[in-house]
Amino acid sequence: MSSETLTRLADPPGTGQVRAARRGPSGHRGFPYLLVLPAVALLVLFVIAPGIYALILSFQTRHVSGGLLGTTSETVFAGVDNYRNALGDGTLWSSLLHMLLMAAITIPFTIGFALLFALCLDALRARLTRFARLSIFLPYAVPGVIATLLWGFLYLPATSPIGGNHINFFGQVAVFFSVGNVVLWGAVGFNMVVMFTALRALPRDIYDAAKIDGCTEWQIAVHVKIPLLRPAILMCSLFTVLAALQLYNEPNTLRPLANAISTTWVPLMKIYTDAFVNSDINLAAATSVLYAVAVLIISVIASRLVARRASGWSR
Amino acid sequence: MSALLVAGCSGTSGGSGGSGGSASGPVHLTLWDWDPNMNKVVALWNKSHPDIQVNMSNPAGGDQLVSKLITDHAAHNDPDLTKVEYQSLPALVSGGVVADITQYTTDTVKDYDATTLSQVKFQGKVYGVPQDFAPLMLYYRTDIFSSYGLAVPTTWAQYASEAATLHQKAPGVYMTNFDAADPGWFSGLAQQAGANWWTSSGNTWKVAINDAPSKQVADYWQQLVQAGSVATGPSFSPQWNKQMNTGALATWISGAWAPAQIGGIAPATKGKWAVAPLPQWSAGQNSTGIWGGAATTVTTDSQHPQQAAEFASWLNTNADALTSQVNNINIYPAATSGRSLPVLATAPPFFPNQANFYDLVKQSAPHARTFQIWGPDVTVTFASYTDSFDAALQSGSSFDNALTSMQNATVADMKKTGFTVSS
Repeated sequence: MSSETLTRLADPPGTGQVRAARRGPSGHRGFPYLLVLPAVALLVLFVIAPGIYALILSFQTRHVSGGLLGTTSETVFAGVDNYRNALGDGTLWSSLLHMLLMAAITIPFTIGFALLFALCLDALRARLTRFARLSIFLPYAVPGVIATLLWGFLYLPATSPIGGNHINFFGQVAVFFSVGNVVLWGAVGFNMVVMFTALRALPRDIYDAAKIDGCTEWQIAVHVKIPLLRPAILMCSLFTVLAALQLYNEPNTLRPLANAISTTWVPLMKIYTDAFVNSDINLAAATSVLYAVAVLIISVIASRLVARRASGWSR
Repeated sequence: MSALLVAGCSGTSGGSGGSGGSASGPVHLTLWDWDPNMNKVVALWNKSHPDIQVNMSNPAGGDQLVSKLITDHAAHNDPDLTKVEYQSLPALVSGGVVADITQYTTDTVKDYDATTLSQVKFQGKVYGVPQDFAPLMLYYRTDIFSSYGLAVPTTWAQYASEAATLHQKAPGVYMTNFDAADPGWFSGLAQQAGANWWTSSGNTWKVAINDAPSKQVADYWQQLVQAGSVATGPSFSPQWNKQMNTGALATWISGAWAPAQIGGIAPATKGKWAVAPLPQWSAGQNSTGIWGGAATTVTTDSQHPQQAAEFASWLNTNADALTSQVNNINIYPAATSGRSLPVLATAPPFFPNQANFYDLVKQSAPHARTFQIWGPDVTVTFASYTDSFDAALQSGSSFDNALTSMQNATVADMKKTGFTVSS
């Protein structure tokens, strides 16, 4: 597609580049490839090559021999052993469960709050919108690790100004909401801005028409704005789902503060622990491959869903 | 490494040569160490050894450094020298990270007693020069003890009853905290009780993390936790720092290195701490375990193992080097000669009221029990400690089960990696 499209786009006369591209057939054909080169090079270097390396590692295992301390270690082909061990490991499944529970909390609340704030700011009667918008967006600019440390101090009984000595923020159930709160705090602002921008792009005369028909502000929000916002909401949902699958920073930073979060709490923490604490890079590679495949499938399904819903709306 | 060498050579040919007249110029060594102020000790060496220059950096501490060493070894990028805690050494030897330096340390090892040397000598080969030795001691707040009329406990039974008294008189103050994050103190207590988590005969391992002495320790602490007389938060956390600083914790069971740590953790408590021997399981006994302690090791990636070993020996047995370490890092030396240094007659800066601090440590040190050997996958055991005891504290399930989880995780990993484990 790209080559033809580019030629067509380049057809209008005038620019020197076009003339340069026309000088020789090789230049003509090569130019589109040149344009995609940086993206492809980065993809190959930082996604495909490490991916292949992980795939190789996942079929190997370290085996020691040579005395008590096994000072001779060799890397041997392990077949699907690592995959079998990964899937047979109960901690992987409980980490997945934790991840799903977290997703069930963070996804609806992130989208819900972002939508609510965007609609509030877009309401005709809203005042101080610029300030409010910035305030809601600002947490997104705070690095996740720092935000989590700050929240950690707010949660811990000895340092909490928000009642940590009365409420156990690190209880067995509460910890999910405590982590979720940190995620939410950081993510709502970004999604709010996306939705707010989409709202601002809508033609204002629709509202006038609705008002003439006797709609209240609330009815405009529910019956006019939300349906029109659907593509933005779906796109934000997709981002949020992907972020939920990659949950790592918040629980990993909160972990040393209390007893509530294990070293294998979510899948990415388990992979890290296997690779760098338990020195089993091969098991970690196998788990990574499995997880990457699962995430890929979920992403494809989710983005298809988004595309279909979005186009369904435009028809 | 070779780049460094080249730099070293060109520097000498540039005109600074002459000392010793060696054609290759000074040897440059790299050292990884997380001790604050260690650079002052290294500076002493660099001043007196122009031919062997050591460049120290601090990329990470403890377990994180172990991960880094293993990862960097894969690319043969490890430094010449690195500090390694005793419990991590067998794993690093097994991973091929740490080099056998027996041939360079024949004189050095004479300055160590058998218990200390057993931490770095496996199957007749020496893999490091011990830096410090850290018997577990009981650190207590003299002000809290006197205001609530507590006696310094000499047995664990007394420790428990004083804990109950304290909790009754001051519900917001705890005797200590059961730390499920750092296994070092718990394994030290297990050692005191007589546990032997790893033993070896020939090339066969025996793993006994849920042995009777360990269960005894676990049950004891579970009772204290259930009675509510000890806190349950992890140590070295913001919560714990605050509790230590504000006097919500009356004791800390810790290694001989604690005085250097408390200053940073609880700066408001200077002069309020004292040290006593660890409480005993039965009156009249005199036993303790160890928490941490480390050795200076030479890596297999080093191009200059001989010079590196020479530095490691100097650092840990030379009187000037050890005096400087006691002053700057508050270590209790591992070397026998180091334990009689005049500098040990003065109290650590944070314990100004306790001039006999090192005397008490010196009395406890010879009675420190250790495991016969640390296992080759201690990181697995320790990660399992954190997860298992965290879960037990959260759900109130049995500490014995947590020990069994540790045992199972350790044995499974050792078998998978190819070690021979007898059941």
